Amino acid sequence: MTTKELTCVVCPMGCQITISLDEDGTVLSVEGNTCKRGDTYARNELTDPRRTLTSTVVILGGTDKLLPVKTDAPIPKKDLLRAREALRELTVTAPVACGDVLCTDFLGLGVSIVSGKTVEAC
Amino acid sequence: MIVIGGGPAGLAAAIEANKAGLPAEDILILERDREAGGILNQCIHAGFGLHHFGEELTGPEYAARFLEEAKARNIPCLTNTMALSLSEDRTVTFVSPTEGLSRVSADAIVLAMGCRERTRGALNIAGTRPAGIFTAGTAQRLVNIDGYLPGRKVVILGSGDIGLIMARRLTLEGAKVLRVCELMPYSGGLPRNLAQCLDDFGIPLYLSHTVVSISGKERVEGVTVAEVDENRRPIPGTEEYVPCDTLLLSVGLLPENELTREAGIALDPVTGGAVVDETMQTSLPGIFACGNVLHVHDLVDYVTEEAGRAGRSAAQFVLNGLDGTTRKTIPVKAFSGVRYVMPQLVHTDAEAPLTLFFRVDNNYRNKVLTVSADGEPVYQIKKRILVPGQMENVVLRSDALNRMKNASSVSVSLSDPDGKEGSR
Repeated sequence: MTTKELTCVVCPMGCQITISLDEDGTVLSVEGNTCKRGDTYARNELTDPRRTLTSTVVILGGTDKLLPVKTDAPIPKKDLLRAREALRELTVTAPVACGDVLCTDFLGLGVSIVSGKTVEAC
Repeated sequence: MIVIGGGPAGLAAAIEANKAGLPAEDILILERDREAGGILNQCIHAGFGLHHFGEELTGPEYAARFLEEAKARNIPCLTNTMALSLSEDRTVTFVSPTEGLSRVSADAIVLAMGCRERTRGALNIAGTRPAGIFTAGTAQRLVNIDGYLPGRKVVILGSGDIGLIMARRLTLEGAKVLRVCELMPYSGGLPRNLAQCLDDFGIPLYLSHTVVSISGKERVEGVTVAEVDENRRPIPGTEEYVPCDTLLLSVGLLPENELTREAGIALDPVTGGAVVDETMQTSLPGIFACGNVLHVHDLVDYVTEEAGRAGRSAAQFVLNGLDGTTRKTIPVKAFSGVRYVMPQLVHTDAEAPLTLFFRVDNNYRNKVLTVSADGEPVYQIKKRILVPGQMENVVLRSDALNRMKNASSVSVSLSDPDGKEGSR
């Protein structure tokens, strides 16, 4: 049996989670989490770690120069830097409302890029 | 009612005052920036709102909820407007492009000016004074609002949350974050930020390390890092030169209380903010304080709650002339292991439940937190883990409050389960 320690990133509590695995990597137990989401996070973290990407894109004709954006669901951790680079290709034009979908199935990852702010045209 | 500052605290105070019956046209928010929303506008990362909204939002999204509500309620907000002075009789002098220099008297004032960052000047780091030294928040604004990358090879001093968030942000933007140095033997940031901002990107954290010198003539060329002893003094022989073009400082936040001080409001030397009672009223009747100008918070969700209390109290003060100064208060003091408690004063007839917020002065495990009235415990709770970076609270119900009523002072302290005080 092996154990893995990780910090849950689901909420600001930051629970220290211990996962016990048998020889073929089957999860025997998840301990230290204080809620159900921590259990799910820990199991996913072993097989398919994912994070929500937040960044900015250029917005034209608006009161702001940059528009904060995010993926509407977490993407594989290994794709974070690639996804950030790909966002540089995305330019939007004001007005944009908070929650507007700017791009669907981004990089074939099955997530949308969503505006995080309302920016009026100027 | 005038609200000074249109960040999360000021917006929530104004909205809650309006909900409590104060007409929108009797409220005015003064905001220094070109738009309201405060520092949330540049905090584009997710992690806000889990307590308050039950979902994870980015900073601008969290701000938008309050901006939209304030707008729907027609609460007036003057942007690009700087409050210049505040007097004891609740008169605010401010300057704005549309109103010019104005002087307005109010029945109630809510102080919601937020905080600012400690800079290099506060640290006494030796060396030259080249370009390339930024506070983490300034770098955040440059990257997220203005679209500039402050540097390519970065060392970060201080492991507070803003420093950790910027380590990830700069990495995503193509800079190389070489290391994060932390003077203390522990990080002041949230554990989740150590995991998702540093570990995710393989950025090393050097605990008990500091920057002792900065090199470079026009631009930063490198910094000298050294390990520190238990008295936080650099250990000779441990110096290491790290070539870099940028030094980011994430070394603490200071409540911005110039106006408060000028008005003669009593300040708490530990928090750097006003002394308040549980209604958020300061030592001057009708002047309330909330958010980071009062004490530095780690979660905006708690700012929203606190500001709501301040807004409702201010509205009551305007509508009913509720003057807390005629009611008796008891001082609440921090002892052994507890760095500060907010509020610092509690009315003898305070309504239950009453929440006391506090921070500890070190990392602690398996302690008992005790609230005592004149030395007699009125409430005790076991705490498994206590860290300085996390604001804690205790909720006192009516039975505890009744036992505090006739006390001359209340104390909040940590002890071992076996009764010994203050050991780590």
